[in-house]
Amino acid sequence: MSAVEPSLDPILAARGLVKRFGRVVALSGADLELYPGEVLAVIGDNGAGKSSLIKCLSGAMVPDEGAIELDGQAVQFRRPQDARAAGIETVYQTLAVAPALDIAANMFLGREQRRPGPLGSILRMIDKPGMRRSAQEAVQRLGIATIQNMNQAVETLSGGQRQAVAVARAAAFGSKVVILDEPTAALGVKESGLVLQMIRDLRENGLPVILISHNMPHVFEVADRIHIQRLGRRAAVIKPDEYSMSDAVAIMTGAATAGGG
Amino acid sequence: MAVDVVAADETDDPEIAADAGVDRGRGNLVSSIQSVLHRYPALSPALVLLAAYVVFTFLGDGRFARLDTTGRMLQQTAVVGVLAIGQTIIVLTAGIDLSIGVIAIFSHLFMAKLAMNNGWPSILALLAGFAAATLFGALNGALVSKVKLPPFIVTLGTLNIFLALGLIYSQAREISGDDLRGSGNGLLVWTGKTISLGSLRITTGVLMVVVLYAVFAYVLSNTAWGRHIYAVGDDADAAALAGIDVNRVKLSAYAVAGFVYGLGGWILLGRADTASTNNAGGANLDTITAVVIGGTSLFGGRGLIWGTLLGALIVTVYNTGLSLAGVNQDYRTLAIGILVIVAVAIDQWIRKARK
Repeated sequence: MSAVEPSLDPILAARGLVKRFGRVVALSGADLELYPGEVLAVIGDNGAGKSSLIKCLSGAMVPDEGAIELDGQAVQFRRPQDARAAGIETVYQTLAVAPALDIAANMFLGREQRRPGPLGSILRMIDKPGMRRSAQEAVQRLGIATIQNMNQAVETLSGGQRQAVAVARAAAFGSKVVILDEPTAALGVKESGLVLQMIRDLRENGLPVILISHNMPHVFEVADRIHIQRLGRRAAVIKPDEYSMSDAVAIMTGAATAGGG
Repeated sequence: MAVDVVAADETDDPEIAADAGVDRGRGNLVSSIQSVLHRYPALSPALVLLAAYVVFTFLGDGRFARLDTTGRMLQQTAVVGVLAIGQTIIVLTAGIDLSIGVIAIFSHLFMAKLAMNNGWPSILALLAGFAAATLFGALNGALVSKVKLPPFIVTLGTLNIFLALGLIYSQAREISGDDLRGSGNGLLVWTGKTISLGSLRITTGVLMVVVLYAVFAYVLSNTAWGRHIYAVGDDADAAALAGIDVNRVKLSAYAVAGFVYGLGGWILLGRADTASTNNAGGANLDTITAVVIGGTSLFGGRGLIWGTLLGALIVTVYNTGLSLAGVNQDYRTLAIGILVIVAVAIDQWIRKARK
């Protein structure tokens, strides 16, 4: 079925996922494999089951049937927190940032660190300087030069910078996999470039990335492999240097199959 | 691939960076005022309070500036001040509480009656009053977070329910401070005890209010719970995706506010020196006035607890200053009304600049 199969074992795999909403079948036996150190793009027409597939992997949706394996171990995600605890971080299209809070606070939102000693254990004081330092480091590791001040409220940032904060958060906490849902959809050319560069940096830091996108040029620019979703299941997996964008669109719409041209 | 620096970030000064989104042609002074006010939400009420104090000091016949007047104003602000802490927490979660006054009324009746009529030791009666108020707050919180009803409707309903409970329970009988002291329950009116610093006379209740503000200022800015209050009010969906249990944060906010109303009941009992359903009647709207004038946004997620204290003081200073200047009650009410509208208009203006 797939055109390419790297030799390593997948870090994250989904087998035969099925998800129904009443009579509508969103996933009808969908498979997915993500290998260590790669950027896997997921493309597909509206209604092909891209977002249902991703939601199953990020814990936002529980599949009716099928199995998910992380590092070869079967896992079951009931809530997004479960997937996060397992090392899968997702950057949602809506970004999930609180605009009035500053960058450091957003980076640690929902997992604040406390001060050591009685200040933290008795007075429950959060470690503001420590979190600010870690946030700064996370941002620097991704080479985001445009964000300097971690005390800056997120609402004062541009769309690309907000995306950068969300990606930096995912990179800082995602130990196994980072999932990005349409990260460039709302961005201009320059800012998209920044985000694509961050995706490459994630891969260089050894974190595999799943990228969901409608934007073919972006997909072909950064992806190592492209998973094409069609009618609730995987239609093909192609390599961007072996297929053209119009081939990919043809497979997406059912006008062609992989290998057949 | 070379990634260029986006224009907004040539500086790490957040105020200047913040301005980049605003049309520069419209005048930098106005937009920098806007962004300073936006960054320091307690600044505008502090300036208003200072201005009012200066104006009334020079306007009147000298009575306003005397220390005994200041002491009286602080005592007058104590009850609304403490209740407004709870209102601020709830408004920060993008909620509203209309049942504040009646929870405080019920809790102070409950304390006094348990001690007087049921012979409970003062300390237990006091704790029972706090517990009842916390429970009422938690009930509001459960209806808001679990049953998903709008806070306005929930607390409008419980306003009447808690008021009726208070009336039924007390059978419209009052318990005076003398009765309490005479029966060895002086603890319950301890919050009305006067402390004199020269001609400045305040009460232990006033000191308690100041301490409570300090405690909640710390909790809101230095604990994870405090941050989650802001995050939930700012954008509940984003907070949920970031892994915050939004329902639990809301429920706990209303319960903590309820506990504060219980403390408010104690301070009310000392201040009024009697337990009566007639006490603290206007407290609901007065706390909202204090919160709004204090710069906390009714849309949630923005504001500082100290602003609320300033807001409560502003109302008292206006009332006292205008009264001493010979302005009658009707015009004072008119002035406060205008003040509220202006405060909300300024809040909107500050927000609009930032989209």
